[in-house]
Amino acid sequence: MSRHWLPLAGFALLALLLGIGLTLNPREVPSPLVGKPAPAFRLPTLAEPDRRFGPEELRGRAWLLNVWASWCAPCLEEHPIIESLARSGVPVYGLNYKDRREAALAWLQKHGNPYVLSVVDDNGRVGIDYGVYGTPETYLIDRDGVIRFKHVGPLTPRVVERTLLPLLRSLGAS
Amino acid sequence: MTRDPRTAAHALARSGARPGVRSCSRIAGLCLVLAVVLAPGADARTPTGTGSTAPAERARSDRDPVSPGGTARPSAEDPALEARLVTVTRELRCLVCQNESIADSHAPLAVDMRNQIREQLRSGMSEREVIAFMVDRYGNFVRFRPPLTASTLALWFGPLLLLVGGLVALGVQLRRRAHRAEPPVPLHPDEAARLAALAADDTSGPVR
Repeated sequence: MSRHWLPLAGFALLALLLGIGLTLNPREVPSPLVGKPAPAFRLPTLAEPDRRFGPEELRGRAWLLNVWASWCAPCLEEHPIIESLARSGVPVYGLNYKDRREAALAWLQKHGNPYVLSVVDDNGRVGIDYGVYGTPETYLIDRDGVIRFKHVGPLTPRVVERTLLPLLRSLGAS
Repeated sequence: MTRDPRTAAHALARSGARPGVRSCSRIAGLCLVLAVVLAPGADARTPTGTGSTAPAERARSDRDPVSPGGTARPSAEDPALEARLVTVTRELRCLVCQNESIADSHAPLAVDMRNQIREQLRSGMSEREVIAFMVDRYGNFVRFRPPLTASTLALWFGPLLLLVGGLVALGVQLRRRAHRAEPPVPLHPDEAARLAALAADDTSGPVR
């Protein structure tokens, strides 16, 4: 009698595994950069092209690096969340990714500028250093300059409340 | 009359029909195992996106990347470098359209990565160093051929294990069946008497 249950048990196991598979997101790529020092860069700022900015200037405080572009529709979608984070005192810096300066400035003018400042990654090289593969992306960098968290795609209230804010609190920001 | 032959068929079925059904399901099982074993190997290195590329896009080949500004770069000046570029970029997954390699993809990120890798190769980095550079930034996911680590053991050896397991099960089953070549179960005396009665009935009945 037990051999008749074997195929059923096999089917149940397969169904369970496939069911778990359905809950996973195959597009999500775990970043190897979490826990590593944030890659260094020295890029012109969006507002003042003559001024250059690098992450080492923010040693000693936790901050967010948000990769955005004016051509990126999901960036507009998450924009209110970025603004509310900035309002609540979280230092948010922008990496303006493969954009045109005028378009980027116009976008900030129109939708509001939550960033302390944005740096210009014209050719996407810094993006590659940070493992960017889709805008928007958000990195949480701690006071020692180590990436503690990375989120790909628009930030959601759920991610902010469940992950980002608790992490920020534990890192002693804001 | 119509009821009785059916009972006889039942009696016959009890002794004969089952092994046939069973071996059928065994063969189906083996086919499933083979399919599982062969599928990942066939899939892993196939850039699925190429088939769907628009002709106009395909005409603009990988060796001839067009920068966003629209100016074609003179990249065919060094065929050896371009050949190396192709071997490296075929190993790397485009993170935007995840089933295409960087060599095949027309996504802006893939174009950027190709340009960066071209510069790296030109500046003397080896293929291995370039792949390590990308793995540092995008993780092992960027490689089409995942390295052998503790977490990929099942990926590398699982199919082989399934094949061996299937073959062993098949062998055991075949051997067991060979031993089981016993005569069919004899009919119960009641059934035998009934069968005899039916046979006698048939010879004297209207059907002839």
